[in-house]
Amino acid sequence: MATMIETAKELLQLGTVAVVVGYEKGSGTRRRALFLRAADQVDRLVLDERCAQNLAVYLSKAEVKELGRPAIVATVATLRSILQLASEKQFVEGQAVFIAIGQSGDARVLSKLSEIEEFVRSGSSVGGEKSDLEVGPTEIQALPRAQRWEFWQDELSKCIRCYACRASCPLCYCKECLVECNRPQWIPVGAHREGNLYWHVSRAMHLAGRCIGCGSCSEACPVGIPLYLLNAQVAESVSTQFGHVAGLKADATYPLSAFRPEDRESFIK
Amino acid sequence: MTSKNIYEPYMMRIDQVVDEAPGIKTFRLLFEDQAVNDGFSFRAGQFGEYSVFGEGESTFCIASSPTRKGYIECTFRQVGRVTTALAALQEGDQVGFRGPYGNVFPIDEWEGKNLLFIAGGIALPPLRCVIWNALDWRDRFRDISIVYGARTVADLVYKRELKEWTDRGDVRVVTTVDPGGETPDWTGEVGFVPHVIEKLNPPSEDTVALVCGPPIMIKLTLPVLTRLGFQAGEMFTTLENRMKCGLGKCGRCNVGKYYVCKDGPVFSFEQLSQLPAEY
Amino acid sequence: MEVSSSAKLIRKASLGEFFDRIRKGGWRIVGPVRATSPVIRREPGETPVLWKEVQALDQLDLHATQTTLSPKELFFPAVETILKYRFTGQKVEIDPLESDPPQTVLFGMRPCDARSLCTLDAVFGWDYHDHFYESRRAATTIVSFVCTQPDDNCFCTSVGGGPGDTTGSDLLLTSVSESAYLVEVLSSKGEALVAAASELFTPATGADDKLSCLPSIGKEPDAAGISQKLPSLFSQEHIWREQSLRCLGCGTCAYVCPVCTCFDMQDEANLSSGKRLRCWDSCAFGLFTLHASGHNPRKTQAARWRQRVMHKFSYLPERLNVLGCVGCGRCSRACPADVNLKESLKQIVEIQG
Repeated sequence: MATMIETAKELLQLGTVAVVVGYEKGSGTRRRALFLRAADQVDRLVLDERCAQNLAVYLSKAEVKELGRPAIVATVATLRSILQLASEKQFVEGQAVFIAIGQSGDARVLSKLSEIEEFVRSGSSVGGEKSDLEVGPTEIQALPRAQRWEFWQDELSKCIRCYACRASCPLCYCKECLVECNRPQWIPVGAHREGNLYWHVSRAMHLAGRCIGCGSCSEACPVGIPLYLLNAQVAESVSTQFGHVAGLKADATYPLSAFRPEDRESFIK
Repeated sequence: MTSKNIYEPYMMRIDQVVDEAPGIKTFRLLFEDQAVNDGFSFRAGQFGEYSVFGEGESTFCIASSPTRKGYIECTFRQVGRVTTALAALQEGDQVGFRGPYGNVFPIDEWEGKNLLFIAGGIALPPLRCVIWNALDWRDRFRDISIVYGARTVADLVYKRELKEWTDRGDVRVVTTVDPGGETPDWTGEVGFVPHVIEKLNPPSEDTVALVCGPPIMIKLTLPVLTRLGFQAGEMFTTLENRMKCGLGKCGRCNVGKYYVCKDGPVFSFEQLSQLPAEY
Repeated sequence: MEVSSSAKLIRKASLGEFFDRIRKGGWRIVGPVRATSPVIRREPGETPVLWKEVQALDQLDLHATQTTLSPKELFFPAVETILKYRFTGQKVEIDPLESDPPQTVLFGMRPCDARSLCTLDAVFGWDYHDHFYESRRAATTIVSFVCTQPDDNCFCTSVGGGPGDTTGSDLLLTSVSESAYLVEVLSSKGEALVAAASELFTPATGADDKLSCLPSIGKEPDAAGISQKLPSLFSQEHIWREQSLRCLGCGTCAYVCPVCTCFDMQDEANLSSGKRLRCWDSCAFGLFTLHASGHNPRKTQAARWRQRVMHKFSYLPERLNVLGCVGCGRCSRACPADVNLKESLKQIVEIQG
């Protein structure tokens, strides 16, 4: 039964990968991303309930790509992001391998997309379990509409447009983000009521059917806006309307751009 | 209490629009407020922030000479949001102007010297202010030469003034286009600017060189000038960088510890050699 | 650390009365308020602490190590109108902008944030005077409280500050016993506040020892050493690349920082009128230095990280004689990727040669 550390060491020593992207102890009780290239430093790797940052985000970072083919220590959230990226043709099988830990504690190296799908289906995974989500989407949905609006106006008034939410999301990989387009300036740049609402609603819509619910955006937000609630609401809508859940299959079609005769919109029948 | 708002532009009216080249225009701007007009002055090398209200501001040097009062001119290429909006404006329309900002060409120190202007493409406008300034003070300087090149004949800016400078008789003007950019009736040079300079073989003694152009042109021209004996302290250029406030607060135009908006845009090549190669 | 001769004492039980008298005297009070709505927490019990206008002392959290966002937003807001204009047909007219900030007391600053005002003053007053900033600054009185609970991210002592530093404060309160605060009156603005409730204050005695009440914050790394060393490290790409590998390129560090002042200018208009806004910006964004031509002098995150460190510890000290960092630790606490500035600075100091 190989451990994560033994597996990482072997992958590096054999030259199967050039870098192991995993977690290590960070500041205080935090965990941070580690880009391990030296096999003799594998003991720095950790994987525990505090490893919540979705490491799939680093796949699209130029300077990480330059390091060479990675093995990524993957929680189930990371793996689901990969499946979603694969279905959007942003990830090619073999481009990276994944070290995933099952409930039995043994480390597995997943390289085929089908292996990743199977692992995700098995429902067993170690890492990132610490959940700070105090309030679930249903509690907000239960509020009367006017109160829900008040809730969001209040939360979004804290937003300073730092884009930590976007930067930490593996599915926000656009080279030019919607908010960076200035002809026309679709979304106002200023951190005022209108701009903040347009930004967060647009991002939630762009992630409709694509967000896998890792919560990294909300963890990243420096002022603690529970952005995951927006994404969870939209994901539920997509699931109910289209029967689609993101990040389970590598060849899923995107429900908002695919038409099937069974789709529920009555206007098209 | 009203303190001066440093971000408030002067109101200007477009008096004249000249189509210089594909995508490149020159505006002559008049001050709407007579008192502002009477109190306004600047020196060659300085720049301003030009507003299209509703779209934003864009940074251009003041391309007219400070010796000519009552108006300022700017030349710009249509390339982004603000310049596209500017390009759609007509004579009589209003724009905003904040400035003058930045440092100046030390033209007072060049009395009695030869002046050699070398420019490429859209980079002639930043030197035009100095050219006209020098020509308006013609007897303070010895030989004045202008070497200007563009990709094609159509891309040459200030076509009318190039002829005016040539016809004056007290300026040497050499224009060139890239090989393949000439038209059948072209009588100027054909070749890249660095080659043309080599051919021209200008003297370096008591000569100040002002070089402005795309990075590749500067990169290839400097060694030629150095071989001809020019010292780094006698060669000047004017830099561009992404700007917003133009007055040293927004933090984005610095190259190393120097802000292009405050320590520049005019730099000698001696100063540039001390800056990190962030370009 | 000398305590000024005009130092006074106020009973902790009287702080609420002092607060109320300040409000009655016409000042608006803004202070650190802990958020209570459902949020994600990074540490148990740690909801964000934000600057809010308050009506009562008990609304404030005066014991939090630090606020999440810095107080710079009270002088340099995240979004601010700097120009208003109107369209009438083809003509444009600039509308006057009122700038009459209310008299404000920031009640609950920390010495590091008070110190940050020196750097903000230097930038916003460099040759051109930004009256939006300066008018708010003139209308604001700073009441700071000496730190009692620094954490591992604090490094004020490494950058010339300290938990009891008086720089930038108008009143500085130190808890010197179970029942009393020592109050250092540091300016005429501070005197005016004390005068609003003078009977609550008694003269400090020699026995009220401020120094013994200061928490200890180890001095490392040495900022002066860094400023001297940095220019020679500029072109050592691997340092900057390794330190910034996990950086995600968001604007969090610049936005929570009390001394980062970079901004964007954006017009928002419709057919009848418009505004020019000044908005926070960050050198960490890829777009920050992108030219319209497509050229970007800082193409990589490593080059942008280097700019951040150089600007704070090399360019600002050299040009304006102020450091661009007060050691408050917010950037490290807030960074989603756990890029820790104190750690990065230590690494730089330890580089040989």
